Amino acid sequence: MSNGNGSVRIGFYVCHCGTNIAGVVDVKTLAEWAASVPGVEVSRDYKYMCSDPGQELIQQDIRDHHLNRIVVASCSPHLHEHTFRTATAKGGLSPFYFQMVNIREHDSWVHKDKKAATEKAKDLVRAALKRVAFHEPLEKKQVPVRSDVLVVGGGIAGIHAALTLANSGKHVYLVEREATIGGHMAKFDKTFPTLDCAACILTPKMTAVRSHSNITLWTLSEVAEVGGFVGNYHVKVRRKPRYIVEEACVGCLECIEACVYKQAKVIDEFNLGLGKRKPIYIPFPQAVPQVVLIDPETCIEFKSGKCKKTCVEVCADRNAIDFKQQEEIKEIEVGTIIMATGFQTVDAARIPYYGYGAYPNVYTSLEVERLINASGPTGGEVILRDGKRPKAVGIVHCVGSRDENTNRWCSRVCCMYSLKLAHLIKEHTDAEVFNFYIDIRTPGKGFEEFYCKLLGEGVHFIRGRVAEVTDWALDPSEEGKLVIRVEDTLIGRVRRIPVDMVVLSVGLEPHADADEVRRLFNITCSTEGWFLERHPKLAPVNTFTDGIFLAGCCQGPKDIPDTVAQAGAAAAEALVLIDTGHVELEPNTAYVLEEECSGCKSCLSLCPYTAISFNEEKKKAEINEVLCKGCGVCVAACPSGSIQQHMFQDEQIFAEIEGVLAHA
Amino acid sequence: MPDTKPTNGFEPRIVAFFCNWCTYLAADLAGTSRLKYPPNVRVIRLMCSGRVDPQFVLEAFAQGADGVLIGGCHPGDCHYQEGNYKALRRFHLLKRIVKDMGIEEDRFRLEWISASEGERLRAVITDMVEKVRALGPWQSAVPQEEPVKEVAA
Repeated sequence: MSNGNGSVRIGFYVCHCGTNIAGVVDVKTLAEWAASVPGVEVSRDYKYMCSDPGQELIQQDIRDHHLNRIVVASCSPHLHEHTFRTATAKGGLSPFYFQMVNIREHDSWVHKDKKAATEKAKDLVRAALKRVAFHEPLEKKQVPVRSDVLVVGGGIAGIHAALTLANSGKHVYLVEREATIGGHMAKFDKTFPTLDCAACILTPKMTAVRSHSNITLWTLSEVAEVGGFVGNYHVKVRRKPRYIVEEACVGCLECIEACVYKQAKVIDEFNLGLGKRKPIYIPFPQAVPQVVLIDPETCIEFKSGKCKKTCVEVCADRNAIDFKQQEEIKEIEVGTIIMATGFQTVDAARIPYYGYGAYPNVYTSLEVERLINASGPTGGEVILRDGKRPKAVGIVHCVGSRDENTNRWCSRVCCMYSLKLAHLIKEHTDAEVFNFYIDIRTPGKGFEEFYCKLLGEGVHFIRGRVAEVTDWALDPSEEGKLVIRVEDTLIGRVRRIPVDMVVLSVGLEPHADADEVRRLFNITCSTEGWFLERHPKLAPVNTFTDGIFLAGCCQGPKDIPDTVAQAGAAAAEALVLIDTGHVELEPNTAYVLEEECSGCKSCLSLCPYTAISFNEEKKKAEINEVLCKGCGVCVAACPSGSIQQHMFQDEQIFAEIEGVLAHA
Repeated sequence: MPDTKPTNGFEPRIVAFFCNWCTYLAADLAGTSRLKYPPNVRVIRLMCSGRVDPQFVLEAFAQGADGVLIGGCHPGDCHYQEGNYKALRRFHLLKRIVKDMGIEEDRFRLEWISASEGERLRAVITDMVEKVRALGPWQSAVPQEEPVKEVAA
């Protein structure tokens, strides 16, 4: 076999992958057959090709048999292409003289018929053996990586990632949609299982963000546009008006006091509607930045233009209030991006038989977090809407989790936060507390011990999925109460438990706009809508888009320790790129065969990266190699076949087509 | 003309061109999820469905493929912004030519399968294999004199 550059000497290796491949594909037959294919000098099967001895085998054979092409039939190239390219290079060949055949994910794992799977493997191997003859030695392109980082989302994940990067001397843009950073964690009172106060852990980190010279914090802001690629992202951030000059506001909050609204009348979003605020307000006392904001929907000045503007009077020469403030677009250049956009809790009203929205004393767990919180709407008193203390409380687990009608996944944190709420409610009210659960899942450090502690505290646990919450009393003891109907599966009876307060332990789900955000950043989502990691074990914080990393619940439900650990990992991955200083890009760019280009210009409009330009003097198309991302759209479109693509040359693809279809 | 021979024991051979970022990964996911589907499809990996040159499809049919499947990212999800739209445009034009050549519609498909849709990949392949199996082998009406020049070079 020849490719015009002298004779081709191929080394072919088929991996057993233990029994993963060898259990279905007859690897011995495959290796014997491959040995007879013209051009193949060495053909071997080996237990684990990715192991050190497996890689050494390749290197030794290259030296001993003067091989100049390597083909490995094993797993997906997304897993080990890099490994074998490196082995090929260590053997002294260009790493691009390597071709991989996927006979695990695409063959042995998806087929049962051993004969058919082996035939399929033969076809795929034949394609690679034919293709590899046409491979060319290529150089990887290097592009510099900017050291600035964008962190999207200012919850605990974003905060931790931003601080880690900033502490290592990198400049971070932290973009948060809400008026304050802190995310969900800022709403919690205590955290499980240690019961340490959420604010005590979080607020020092929040103020550290604010005061860090390496962090630019933009709240009330959203990413509007993302362009560029790893190392060189151009990002546009939309900063919504706060109607307060952030630099001028000192956070004295006198304007809130002075507002013409004497009483707070507007529903307070931070307290989930349980409290009230004024049109000029600060989300919560420890908000960062410590800067008020004006809600134009309810402010009289915005509605009528006839307000006395007592807020402006009291702000006096600080002049921080600006009713004319406009939306602003900031443009930044960053090398890497960390997504830390978090989650939303399931809307409990989606499960109508639990009565959320119908009965005032049915709360979500997040609402109860606010009730228990000392800076919440009741100052930390667990009281019902009528001001009374509940004597019996029912906590319903798995609301919007593990449920075919809402979300199928386990939200991971609800068991533990339900136990925590049970403890806190008991501590605050001395009420009887009932937990209604399907399974108690406590697989974390100190979690099972916490569960045992609760059992000792006299909290009731009833195993069964709650059927209904109703106010329909069947006997006098149920009058004026909410009745939880449930099958207690441990005693095999349907029970009715009257309580004063129902807490729905709502699950975690992706943000409603997660899909739009994903498109904006060109990353992928799992079927459930969580951002998809590159590999669950090997690259858990990477995405399929180089230079974009994941932290926290945007990737899937997780608790605070896991979130923080992941945020640290994401920051470390970003640092790897930054400190390396450059990234190597696949040399799969397109190029024009100048003598054959007719200058028809049909390729020009096709390139989404404007990498193709027209040389008016020569009347030929030209491709800017730096801008080309290697999609190959222009290659397929060129009517005269005068655009080619490295690594995906027409002749290589034709060789593969011929290979998969040739009869054995 | 379409073959009219009985299809007893006939196993179609289908060539698939999958984009690197969505459909190829869906096939990887089907693998890691141990989903089972018929072993009749041979995947050729390209960076983008927009790289599928009409010649690849015609060549596959000329070399005896009983079906050709192109897999790309869902509209709006292309790793290269809009390569899949270009694939779609070409697909519609090419479909007319392919039809004029007497190749039944079910033998040539374009499907959007995202990286998370391993199950959908299994369903599409199973469905296509069944349909093509029912159609029987495809025999090119054009007598094959010699292989295409690029390959012979």
